[in-house]
Amino acid sequence: MPRLNSAVNLDSLRQQLLDINKGKKVVSVTNGTDGRTRHSEVVFRALTDEIRKQGLGGKLVVKSTGCHGFCEQEPTVLILPEEICYVGVKPEDVSEIVSQTLAEGEVVERLLYEDPTSGEKIVKESEIPFYKSQNRNVLGNNRFIDMGRIDDYIALGGYSALARVLSGMTPPRVIDEVKKSGLRGRGGAGFPTGMKWEFCRKAAGEPKYVIVNCDEGDPGAYMDRSLMEGNPHSVLEGLLIGAYAIGASGGYIYVRAEYPLAVENVETAIKQAEEYGLLGHNILGSGLDFQIHVHRGAGAFVCGEETALIASLEGRIGEPRQRPPFPATSGLWGKPTNINNVETWANVPLIINKGADWFRSLGTERSQGTKIFSLVGKLKNTGLVEAPMGMTLGEIVFDIGGGIPDGKKFKAVQTGGPSGGVIPESLLDTPVDYEELSELGAIMGSGGMIVMDEDTCLVDVARYFLNFLAGESCGKCVPCREGIYQMLKILNRICEGRGREGDIELLEEIGETVRDFSLCALGKTAANPVLSTIKYFRDEYEVHIKEKRCPALACKELITYYIEPEKCQACLICLRDCPAEAITGDKKIVHVIDQSKCTKCGTCLEVCPPRFGAVTKLSGVKVPEPIRQKTGVVRK
Amino acid sequence: MVQTLTEADKEVDEIVAKYQGDKSALIQVLIEVQRQKHWLSKETLKQVSQRLGVALSQIYHIATFYKAFSLTPRGRHSVTVCLGTACQVRGAPRLMDNISQTLKINAGETSPDEQFSLDTASCLGCCAIGPVMVVDGEYYGKPSRKEVEQVISAKEIES
Amino acid sequence: MAEVSLIIDDIAVKANSGATILEAARAAGIDIPTLCSHEKLAPYGACRLCTVEITKGKQSQLVASCVYPVEEGLIVKTGSKPVTRGRKMLLELLWARAPGIQALREYGVKYGITAVQAGTDYGIIPGISSTRTKFEIEPTFCLLCGLCVRYCNEVKRKDAIGFVGRGTEREVVFLPELAANGCRQCEDCYPLCPTGTLPLYYTLAEAQRSA
Repeated sequence: MPRLNSAVNLDSLRQQLLDINKGKKVVSVTNGTDGRTRHSEVVFRALTDEIRKQGLGGKLVVKSTGCHGFCEQEPTVLILPEEICYVGVKPEDVSEIVSQTLAEGEVVERLLYEDPTSGEKIVKESEIPFYKSQNRNVLGNNRFIDMGRIDDYIALGGYSALARVLSGMTPPRVIDEVKKSGLRGRGGAGFPTGMKWEFCRKAAGEPKYVIVNCDEGDPGAYMDRSLMEGNPHSVLEGLLIGAYAIGASGGYIYVRAEYPLAVENVETAIKQAEEYGLLGHNILGSGLDFQIHVHRGAGAFVCGEETALIASLEGRIGEPRQRPPFPATSGLWGKPTNINNVETWANVPLIINKGADWFRSLGTERSQGTKIFSLVGKLKNTGLVEAPMGMTLGEIVFDIGGGIPDGKKFKAVQTGGPSGGVIPESLLDTPVDYEELSELGAIMGSGGMIVMDEDTCLVDVARYFLNFLAGESCGKCVPCREGIYQMLKILNRICEGRGREGDIELLEEIGETVRDFSLCALGKTAANPVLSTIKYFRDEYEVHIKEKRCPALACKELITYYIEPEKCQACLICLRDCPAEAITGDKKIVHVIDQSKCTKCGTCLEVCPPRFGAVTKLSGVKVPEPIRQKTGVVRK
Repeated sequence: MVQTLTEADKEVDEIVAKYQGDKSALIQVLIEVQRQKHWLSKETLKQVSQRLGVALSQIYHIATFYKAFSLTPRGRHSVTVCLGTACQVRGAPRLMDNISQTLKINAGETSPDEQFSLDTASCLGCCAIGPVMVVDGEYYGKPSRKEVEQVISAKEIES
Repeated sequence: MAEVSLIIDDIAVKANSGATILEAARAAGIDIPTLCSHEKLAPYGACRLCTVEITKGKQSQLVASCVYPVEEGLIVKTGSKPVTRGRKMLLELLWARAPGIQALREYGVKYGITAVQAGTDYGIIPGISSTRTKFEIEPTFCLLCGLCVRYCNEVKRKDAIGFVGRGTEREVVFLPELAANGCRQCEDCYPLCPTGTLPLYYTLAEAQRSA
């Protein structure tokens, strides 16, 4: 690969790449971690082989790409320029795709997305309701980039923002542009990025460092993983621009242990960028020197916190420390350090190329640009959604997410992970905006949006988050460690039917101290899930405590599985499948669950034929005695 | 304090050398050792302590603080259940129960015959297919109790 | 070193710019409760008992005074309502781990935490004490203040004792072989332990080693 010694070199390379691929079709296969769980690797290989077999190799380019966003439907295959989008593609579909669509230009109807309401088959990706109202400024490029090819990124205009910065913008000018854009940290805190860069630039001390925080620990959030797998160069370019603006000579990318493909892809990206002279010494002939090191996490959610991340980089325990001093003045090795989230860095090249005004054209007054959300849970269309700030929660959940499946009712959407809160139906018209969500007692967080339905117990949700935090807290400070411990004990009691009068008030009291006295943001926000579920679903807590009942029929200790004798057709299925051998009965004898043996695994409910529907869950009521005298079955 | 080692482990020394014996690379060193040897023995920790010049108590804290490390040998087959929020909401606890009952061990444990280790993860990033079980790198979305039992038996026979 | 002026509990205080609020307060004769702080050790900021309310301009926040550096014009309140409320809760949480210990008793009386009253003696065995605590007593008699660990690390430089684990599983352990080779001759950390049970932990570690 020839070294690019100037912006002009980069331009000519881009032109060459565009010329080489002019007129070629692109076949883009989602092959990131989610796709691979559904054998996208096999699909990709089969496509490449079949295309070669049919002699079509010269006319098209096949790309193994990161996530396109519609994860529920992966693996998806996108054919450009027509924009034909095939969903749920299996290896056995490949030959048809090649012979019909790629060779003959005919669409394979059965592989198209079908609109669930109209039944209409949709050909073009942009017309699919899931994608229609999105603004995929950042994530959208995943479709056009093969995960192993820097050339794809360059062909799209990649590194042109860096070239622009290095050949004509002073560092203060760069910082001004980022400030003007209103970009705020996408990792959760929402601190104005330009201001953060400025603090670091002005701080005394050498060398300075810039860090990419890819420790994405919020359960249910995987936006950063998809960006790092699918478009690592966008992050590298942003990091380079930031390094130039701040005056940093060294960069670190901290990737959590659980993201091996992201590590692999970013390491490949770094190597290829170095070969082109886009990293290392005298970048693009500008005199800028910059090295990047990739550092793996070792399984600690708390290391997503800036100061804990820095400690981990230094080979120490991931314990946060109090500020001041802030990392901008004293960070890695005591030097001025700027840490930003993956998505924050990825937005920077766009801001430089298209301008701060363009960035501000989307969003609200206080929250500009777009945000990538992982929209998951009890939802028809789960996946990654990039929406402009200001779109309402309802629009995201229903218009993009498609609403709740199986005819169930929406109950709440949880945002911000373990630091966040739940938002009930009545507040779905809230626009997504940093301040708006904080006012509700939730937070934007890193972008996790978990949709919950009537079968979700929100007391159990609070317990779930506290249980998570109890293990992830570093354990150093008393309010976090002991406060979470005691709150969890109370929640366990409540979910197990041993709640007491005064428990809710005690939870609120402990929560207040945890919030105000903890050392770091993990502790300070640890009480949010509890306080927010109490705020909007207090009655659910009260029913658990006063009636020992779980309205959502979820809390294991408060529910019993019961076979309704009038509905049971004695088909023997649940009897045979019960792993605890807790069901008695026979061919014409009503099946009965022995509650003393039942482990609440739910298998009987799962396997009872839907037309009988004899298994049900009860809560807060005494299980009816088995009818001993009437052992016959009522045949239907 | 110099620890006398009965026999220095060459693999460990190689990994330390790869990071030029840099103290701050402690966690990266341990990650690689864990990956190669599937656990961190007392001798290994002592060796790393001596080679990197980091106090043994510090290393113990790090080895017990970060969940990527195991101070006991892991089973031949790894079973991981995702307990991320999206999977949680889609029934991960019940899946966990099913797996735990089938393997007869709890999360964080290794079966007595050292065949299986069971772990939890807080989000593997494949929320669309949740709840998720991973067995030796193979992902299973929404497995029923029967499927769980089938997969485990197949692995038992494999051994 | 530059000097800084701040106000602590309505008293004008001057301090060197590198000092912490706790140091400045103590020099001015203002008492702030602490548990994990020690003059020979670097400030740790773990117990949070020394938390105070600071106001800068219009913004107020609660910070640990042992690690927060003094600033020009800072207004500090060491006993405002939010501070005492939280301090009380912290003591209740600690009391559940180490009931009856002297180090907490004085503060317990002062802040009126449920279990402690002046002049009454509380047995460490739950059930004998006749008052309710906010939390079930689950005594570990280790408050994880880290004084022993930090002393052995920073002053003695022996690292014979350390932390293990994370979150609610965090513990203090003696490293058996290191401890066997020097702790008996040293025992410097013993008097630092606020619960007084450190010697017991050592004895248990010794017993485990020979077992």
